[in-house]
Amino acid sequence: PCSRASVPRQRAYHGDSVARLGTQPDSGSSTYQENYEQMKALVSQLHERAQYVRLGGSEKARARHTSRGKLLPRDRIDNLIDPGSPFLEFSQFAGYQLYGDEEVPAGGIITGIGRVSGIAVVMGSCTAGGAYVPAMADENIIVQKQGTIFLAGPPLVKAATGEEVSAEDLGGADLHCRSNHRKSGVTDHYALDDHHALHLTRKVVRSLNYQKKLDVTVEPSEEPLFPADELYGIVGANLKRSFDVREVIARIVDGSRFSEFKAFYGDTLVTARFARIFGYPVGIIGNNGVLFSESAKKGAHFIQLCCQRNIPLLFLQNITGFMVGRDYEAEGIAKDGAKMVAAVACAKVPKITVIIGGSYGAGNYGMCGRAYSPRFLYVWPNARISVMGGEQAATVLATVARDQKAREGKQFSSAEEAALKEPIIKRFEEEGNPYYSSARLWDDGIIDPVDTRLVLGLSLSAALNAPIQRTDFGIFRM
Amino acid sequence: RTVKYHTTPGGSITKILIANRGEIACRVIRTAKKMGVQSVAVYSAADRNSMHVDMADEAYAIGPAPSQQSYLAMEKIIQVAKSSAAQAIHPGYGFLSENMEFAELCKQEGIIFIGPPSSAIRDMGIKSTSKSIMAAAGVPIVEGYHGQDQSDQCLKEHAGKIGYPVMIKAVRGGGGKVRGMRIIRSEKEFQEQLESARREAKKSFNDDAMLIEKFVDTPRSTAEHVEVQVFGDHHGNAVYLFERDCSVQRRHQKIIEEAPAPGINPEVRRRLGEAAVRAAKAVNYVGAGTVEFIMDSKHNFYFMEMNTRLQVEHPVTEMITGTDLVEWQLRIAAGEKIPLSQEEIPLQGHAFEARIYAEDPDNNFMPGAGPLVHLSTPPADMSTRIETGVRQGDEVSVHYDPMIAKLVVWAADRQSALSKLRYSLHQYNIVGLRTNVDFLLRLSGHPEFEAGNVHTDFIPQHHKDLLPTHSTIAEESVCQAALGLILKEKEMTSAFKLHTQDQFSPFSFSSGRRLNISYTRNMTLRSGKSDIAIAVTYNRDGSYDMQLVIYFKDFSPQIENKSFHVLGDLSSEDGCTFLKSSINGVASKAKFILLDNTIYLFSMEGSIEVGIPVPKYLSPASAEGTQGGTIAPMTGTIEKVFVKAGDRVKAGDSLMVMIAMKMEHTIKAPKDGRIKKVLFSEGTQANRHAPLVEFEEEESDK
Repeated sequence: PCSRASVPRQRAYHGDSVARLGTQPDSGSSTYQENYEQMKALVSQLHERAQYVRLGGSEKARARHTSRGKLLPRDRIDNLIDPGSPFLEFSQFAGYQLYGDEEVPAGGIITGIGRVSGIAVVMGSCTAGGAYVPAMADENIIVQKQGTIFLAGPPLVKAATGEEVSAEDLGGADLHCRSNHRKSGVTDHYALDDHHALHLTRKVVRSLNYQKKLDVTVEPSEEPLFPADELYGIVGANLKRSFDVREVIARIVDGSRFSEFKAFYGDTLVTARFARIFGYPVGIIGNNGVLFSESAKKGAHFIQLCCQRNIPLLFLQNITGFMVGRDYEAEGIAKDGAKMVAAVACAKVPKITVIIGGSYGAGNYGMCGRAYSPRFLYVWPNARISVMGGEQAATVLATVARDQKAREGKQFSSAEEAALKEPIIKRFEEEGNPYYSSARLWDDGIIDPVDTRLVLGLSLSAALNAPIQRTDFGIFRM
Repeated sequence: RTVKYHTTPGGSITKILIANRGEIACRVIRTAKKMGVQSVAVYSAADRNSMHVDMADEAYAIGPAPSQQSYLAMEKIIQVAKSSAAQAIHPGYGFLSENMEFAELCKQEGIIFIGPPSSAIRDMGIKSTSKSIMAAAGVPIVEGYHGQDQSDQCLKEHAGKIGYPVMIKAVRGGGGKVRGMRIIRSEKEFQEQLESARREAKKSFNDDAMLIEKFVDTPRSTAEHVEVQVFGDHHGNAVYLFERDCSVQRRHQKIIEEAPAPGINPEVRRRLGEAAVRAAKAVNYVGAGTVEFIMDSKHNFYFMEMNTRLQVEHPVTEMITGTDLVEWQLRIAAGEKIPLSQEEIPLQGHAFEARIYAEDPDNNFMPGAGPLVHLSTPPADMSTRIETGVRQGDEVSVHYDPMIAKLVVWAADRQSALSKLRYSLHQYNIVGLRTNVDFLLRLSGHPEFEAGNVHTDFIPQHHKDLLPTHSTIAEESVCQAALGLILKEKEMTSAFKLHTQDQFSPFSFSSGRRLNISYTRNMTLRSGKSDIAIAVTYNRDGSYDMQLVIYFKDFSPQIENKSFHVLGDLSSEDGCTFLKSSINGVASKAKFILLDNTIYLFSMEGSIEVGIPVPKYLSPASAEGTQGGTIAPMTGTIEKVFVKAGDRVKAGDSLMVMIAMKMEHTIKAPKDGRIKKVLFSEGTQANRHAPLVEFEEEESDK
């Protein structure tokens, strides 16, 4: 599958070329095939669920909406952004199974990045707090006979003052756009219908006089050497099976080209440099096992390098945590781990995290979990996020319970232990699930491993709209 | 007969003035260049940037756009010839080519008129005279009235005597000149037609004398309108270069000509040629001329008229004889003998000429005008000629003949020449104005045309086949158009991103990618009066799935559940954009043009035009108020107004006469009713689609 012609590179002589890494997987092996099937099943489930979220409501509800001459929200987005251009949608599963039987597709709000920018388009009601959204926008647009803006709607006005007024008279487009009779001037542009409103919005964007200036160098982009769907077979859905994160990197970066920093030191952490994604430079930190002191120090060093050079950071999380045990504590793993966590926390270059496997314990901190403000955080459908594994947590709790029983001089039967552990394991499995985390906005969305490269390219492109700030690392405990 | 010229005996012409414009001016200049003769062009204000001006060695402005003040202004042209030291004037066809006074004037001024002596023009230009000369020379003629008595009564009597249908023609009109020519099928319509013909004749020739001829329209199985190319020289020689068939006409103007005429055996051909030579000799003809005959089913032929100029369709004769007739004209004008003897003139293969006009075949071939926004032609070669006077970006002017080009092809036999004609027509692609190219394709592809059964009533007879009223667009074509539009958009995005710092951003890929869900784009295109909704799903591999729903006007939508798998790309060749597409596995290639809000696709399967509907909020206020009234079919001058406010009219009554593109158009009442307002008076100019007359609102209308 890897006979693609290579794009001429800027560097012409050997000394400057970046090696292509990654190996051909044994795609005939039973492990590969089992992995592939399992991951494929998870991805199919993801697509099915997303397809349902996409509908946005029942057929009846959608028909009611469109019968008023309004566009469905997703159609509005399609009409707003450049035709045929990609849309990087976030949090498709926000609110997923969060309110019992009540469905709130995508949390009731579609968020994402397309080729547009802060303009409010009022195509329905903006009541109370919502009224301030258009009011605070630089420029806004309202659709006649559909958009309304008021601090209180007709029922509340009636209850509060006894005044009876229609929604249109209270806060419609005529009231807000025209100046002929004590009219508000809350809105700027008057649209005849949804299509017109979106057309006006595009015109507003056109007048923003914005020019993107990059703080990084860019190079022509090149597809990876290896097909992206091999990620299914390499990673699989069984978190207990290990894989080499370099094989994942080779299926994400331009031309599968990168070189390792400190390849033979702290090798449970892979730090990849000279890598690019859609031409944007990126420093990649990936896990090949538990974090030791050396791995953490290597990580801290690498983050410093990237910050020094304005290179965005990509964290590929598959981490069980920092190494535990007497020898390691004695070695000062807490201090070394702190170096890495501090470096991650302080780094001001754009950080993007993808959870491609497990994300457990303080490993989540060191690998730029939600609390460490990555610009974007995505999860693969096979991922699990928790303080520790469900198995381990159940064992810990069982041990605590047994000790307590022992103090009380009571027996703790294996049946009792199983009864205690089972719901814990089940709950961990449920709450560590990516849909659980996505429903609560702990991440920006669940993505198909095959889409990782594109999602990262779009995310980098979006992140680089803002200038990169200098990093102040503070003090590392030596 | 002695002829005196100011050139030294045996001396050649080294500089000519071309008193014409458009393709014929370019045609003459080409030969002049080949012969090393300098060329002088003249041009009106409307032609300042035209091709013939660019091609000539020198060019002189001779006045404003109207031909009366430019291309027909004899004094000005003579003046230019003198000041530029041109020894001869080539009049082309039309304009001054058959103007006796001009030929005379040239002679007086010592300038060679490249054409026959004025006496021959005069003799042949007056139909009555020409017929009596021919009869005397033993050339068979058609019955008719060519008398001096021009009273309505006398003309009507003669028409009745000859028997309807008859044709009335301006005495001063020529063969190609349709002005002042009418076919009258019954006595009932005689008066109105006569008056209309006279008005046109007066306007065109300043002479409204009419002649009447029996209208011969019976033969249906063979060529009926045959003309013979002849040449004469100053030494009393005359030869014929075989016949052309020009039977297929619309509005009495030729559109496809061929040589030799189909179905003529060598014996008839020789008889025709010899009769034509006799006719030429009878008037001491010099230069290029054409003798027209009408022929019945038994191959009996009758002299119709002689055109004393180089005809529009002369290239078909050149193709079958391997000659350059403009070169012959120049040599003969310089006093040389005809370059070849009768025996030396070969007849090889078969040639067709299709005239490409700016006109609307669906609207009674109404002449058009406008810019040639896109123009691409088949490549010219030894057997394909493109005779034109316009280039892409030029304009077809309202002031002159709306012919855009002549496409001339040659092949070893008629069938091969016809195939080549159609193949080349497919490659003649014009955007910006309506043309007759598709019509020519249907015409040349008609089985009866292919069989050689051509006659002057060909178009009315096969109207249904040639001018289909309703054609539904193939769904595959809609897919092609949608694909072209998407790819063009993609190309524009790519071009735009090159101007930015952020050139490789995946946001600038027109991939339509969405996370975990597919992107389906709803587009609407328009074909004729039907709107077509297309749901385009962007696939990951760059292909598209398209689902079509066609909404016919006044009908419920035609839901098509067929899905089309579409992929393709745009490429650029010779400045044209080509769309390669595969639709459900069927690959095709078409020229793709996107102009304003219309997509044009040209391929060997034909041409397709698909509109992109403009959203309501962007379109100007819809044109109202034209309903129940009448609108100007094109820009023109109101010549006559027959009604006034308050008049009661019946559907079909004549309301006005409009002159546009040198033609009269009668505006008729679309319904019974009372006139509320007449919006234009005689002599005023009305723009295309301007309402001309308003009707009172009738109770029944409400």
